[in-house]
Amino acid sequence: MQRVAQATGDHAVRTRSEAIAFVVMAGALIIAPMFAYPVFLMKALCFALFACAFNLLIGYVGLLSFGHALFFGWASYVGAHAAKVWGFPPELAILSGTATGAGLGAIVGALAIRRQGIYFAMITLALAQMMYFFAIQAPFTHGEDGIQAVPRGKLFGFIDLADQTNMYVTVLVIFLGCFLLIYRIINSPFGEVLKAIRENEARAVSLGYRTERYKLVAFVLSATFAGVAGSTKALVFQLASLTDVDWPMSGEVILMTLVGGLGTLFGPVAGAFFMVTLENYLTTIGQWVFVVQGAIFVVCVLLFRRGIVGELAQILRVKL
Amino acid sequence: MFELLGISSQALFGQLLIGLINGSFYALLSLGLAVIFGMLNIINFTHGAQYMLGAFTAYFLLLYAGLGYWWAIIIAPIVVGITGIIIERLFLQWLYKLDHLYGLLLTFGLALIFEGTFRNFFGSSGLPYSVPPTLQGGQNLGFMFLPNYRAWVVAFSLAVCLTTWYVIERTKLGSYLRAATENPTLVRAFGINVPRMITLTYGFGVALAALAGVMAAPIYNVSPQMGANLIIVVFAVVVIGGMGSIMGAIVTGFGLGIIEGLTKVFFPEASNTVIFIIMAIVLLIRPAGLFGRAT
Amino acid sequence: MKRLFSLTALAVVFGCGCAQAQYSDGSIKIGVMNDMSGTYADLSGQGSVIAARMAVEDFGAAAKGMKVEIVGADHQNKPDVGSNVVRTWIDVDKVDVIVDVPTSSVALAVNEIVRDKNKVFLVSGAAASDLTGPKCTPNTIHWTYDTWALANGTGKAIVKTGGDTWFFLTADYAFGHALERDTAAVVEKNGGKVLGKVRHPFPGTDFSSFLLQAQASKAKIIGLANAGSDTINSIKQAAEFGITQGGQNLAALLAFITDVHALGLQTAQGLIMTEAWYWDLNDANREFAKKFAPQDKGVYPTMVHAGVYSAVTHYLKAVEALKSDADGKAIVAKMKEMPTDDKLFGKGTVRADGRKIHPMYLFEVKKPGESKGAWDYYKLRATIPADEAFRPLAEGGCPLVKS
Repeated sequence: MQRVAQATGDHAVRTRSEAIAFVVMAGALIIAPMFAYPVFLMKALCFALFACAFNLLIGYVGLLSFGHALFFGWASYVGAHAAKVWGFPPELAILSGTATGAGLGAIVGALAIRRQGIYFAMITLALAQMMYFFAIQAPFTHGEDGIQAVPRGKLFGFIDLADQTNMYVTVLVIFLGCFLLIYRIINSPFGEVLKAIRENEARAVSLGYRTERYKLVAFVLSATFAGVAGSTKALVFQLASLTDVDWPMSGEVILMTLVGGLGTLFGPVAGAFFMVTLENYLTTIGQWVFVVQGAIFVVCVLLFRRGIVGELAQILRVKL
Repeated sequence: MFELLGISSQALFGQLLIGLINGSFYALLSLGLAVIFGMLNIINFTHGAQYMLGAFTAYFLLLYAGLGYWWAIIIAPIVVGITGIIIERLFLQWLYKLDHLYGLLLTFGLALIFEGTFRNFFGSSGLPYSVPPTLQGGQNLGFMFLPNYRAWVVAFSLAVCLTTWYVIERTKLGSYLRAATENPTLVRAFGINVPRMITLTYGFGVALAALAGVMAAPIYNVSPQMGANLIIVVFAVVVIGGMGSIMGAIVTGFGLGIIEGLTKVFFPEASNTVIFIIMAIVLLIRPAGLFGRAT
Repeated sequence: MKRLFSLTALAVVFGCGCAQAQYSDGSIKIGVMNDMSGTYADLSGQGSVIAARMAVEDFGAAAKGMKVEIVGADHQNKPDVGSNVVRTWIDVDKVDVIVDVPTSSVALAVNEIVRDKNKVFLVSGAAASDLTGPKCTPNTIHWTYDTWALANGTGKAIVKTGGDTWFFLTADYAFGHALERDTAAVVEKNGGKVLGKVRHPFPGTDFSSFLLQAQASKAKIIGLANAGSDTINSIKQAAEFGITQGGQNLAALLAFITDVHALGLQTAQGLIMTEAWYWDLNDANREFAKKFAPQDKGVYPTMVHAGVYSAVTHYLKAVEALKSDADGKAIVAKMKEMPTDDKLFGKGTVRADGRKIHPMYLFEVKKPGESKGAWDYYKLRATIPADEAFRPLAEGGCPLVKS
């Protein structure tokens, strides 16, 4: 009896800590524009969502994708194209980007899932690189120029997103909504199977689960959320460019998640804000940015594997 | 002579030869990766940066020590190999007990550090390194003008690849290496210093990358970027070939170089992506790779 | 959180505060943005900041009671980085004018932002002729050079001197296509023939296959419709394959003196290219170069640096005349109204579409024996007079030009 009580008690404690953290995060983000440059905050939010999407795959399924920029960047292109050339209103532009992420996720996932571990990572990297070369050549992306002057449009026909505050609120709502969705996915029967696959795939198979299917669905979900992040970013900056599909972008999202804390709920958010802030200060030092990023990778892998939020959670003995 | 789809046989053979040259680099680099992965189970993302270091070492040797290409071919791989050994002792050895993916992330971080540092000091426009005087000029083969240096590249790479294969597959030292990959504890029980073998193997793989870099210096641009894009193609080569066999890596490297060369003739816009497309096809038909052992 | 995006926060503060003139935020802030660490760092980079500083000094801003600050930033040749920097510069740091910006993709992005925020954009480094064409705005002036002027200079002049069969080696992306298209049109208009073309992936490393095809075509001129390291590599590998020895000439459609410096005269000799300015053309230029080089690590000024100097000088004149730096459109209108006159480009004008007009020059790279030392690389083959050098006003498609 006592063990059951303990178990449920722990569960209550866990969800309570996560709920508190969520309220704190949402509150901070609501008042943040009074203290910080809103465009900077929106950039951080888009990347936070991207990192959460990536974390879904690596933190909860154990699959390291080295090509996530593919989904982020191509969703950004399609969203930008939809808004500018097809004249879609912003909500449909973002949906188009999301659909792109999902579609590409299905194709890439189907190919990549065939191998495990290191091979999986290399395949995602290679496929992303291939799509990068397509992006250079495809006429609609305008290659080096990117898709510029993307109109933000009027949300639902009447909310003018050219106004900075409106745009910020929209981005915040999208971010919090997707964050809650991801939370729901992780803490569901489906999510439990994913975690089982991460712990010991062979055992999950022996229990009768079709692990290939679960992995593929998780991959597509991750790609979809990355797509939301990408198309939202295209509207915020009114630009979709090659940087978004290039491999350093894939590396960045990995770094954000690693620094923030793999497999924690809030880790990717913390990591994204950390890296975006760091890069803001580092624009003054040009290419040293790469060296700093590399150094952070090395330090994190060797000494700091739990990441910011992971260490915090460990110290406070809560789940974050 | 004859015409194939509008391309004369002369042009065709010329392009095949060039494909073979590119293939040499793919083969050398995927060989290094395969050797390292075989022993350490780590995918060495730093390989591209170490290739770049080899080229830069050759450049520095020329600039500051007045030592030309023939010195560089020997010294650069040793110097860069030693840095590889340092990396292994300082960083990699702590990762063997962990998930393989951490090795990938660490070597990725190291690659960023190397490339970023060099980019800061040398920009990205590239530095000049000329073909050594003894190898300048070329032969007029009738169907193309073949620079001597490129012929040398093919011959030397083949020699290095085959020698490596021979040492690993046919000698006693190689058999220890292969045994240690299968069962390190047992091999240690026989009194063989496995950690030292691992360190030296990593150093050797890195030296191979540096050697490729020295050979690339006269013909490709010596720039901090030179390894970054190449390494991703080499990853694709390795996935296609499968990392199970040394000979597989060599054959796949040369083969893909030739296919890429042919693509440049018939369909030049796709030459960047053809290797990735082949990778996708191989994954569908034979996921373990052409020469790999199914995991 | 206000943060200054400045690579070198050169706060060149001159003199006392403002007396009669009302400058926004109390000072005139010039933002020099370009590639500080990549392929184009030598031809623009820190040198442009130095050129801007020299322009401000020579203008005598201090004596006139104008407080001028110069800040610099690195856009890393990426439109998203460039856009971010410019947006923050204007919103947070109150920068009034953006100068230089090589890499057309970044320039086009900045062009839009500066128009939306009504500041001034003086392009020196970028090449896209669309900036004075369909994408022209009342806030932008395109200084120095553009793709049309290069195509016209190189293409026409070469055809007229006997190079009438061409083969193009083109980088397979928008800019490469544009270069190829513009030059091919000029070649054919002047009686030449395009025998063929091949597109190489961008960015490329190994051009041997494509050079072989160019060789096989037997065209007298191989036009390199690419830029930066692609051009340098193509030229290097062409030398390796003995293409110039075989009697064909290479025409670099976008190349700078810094590229020749990187290649060395042995490899680059005989190369033909068009530039807007060269340090060894007259005494004023030489004097400028002697003052400039020690400040820029021995690198001699390129046409991009000279363009920055000229543009900043003219901008300051306009701001002085208007006694204000707030309204971008008004300043640019003034710059178009006043004829230009500076020691580097002499007298010139700025057209209604934002195009700065001056002569262009066709150069050939000297043989090693002909050069007296470092940076003595060019011999002048032809001068294209100002009224022929740039695309005619009516052909541009700029909405500002009333037909």
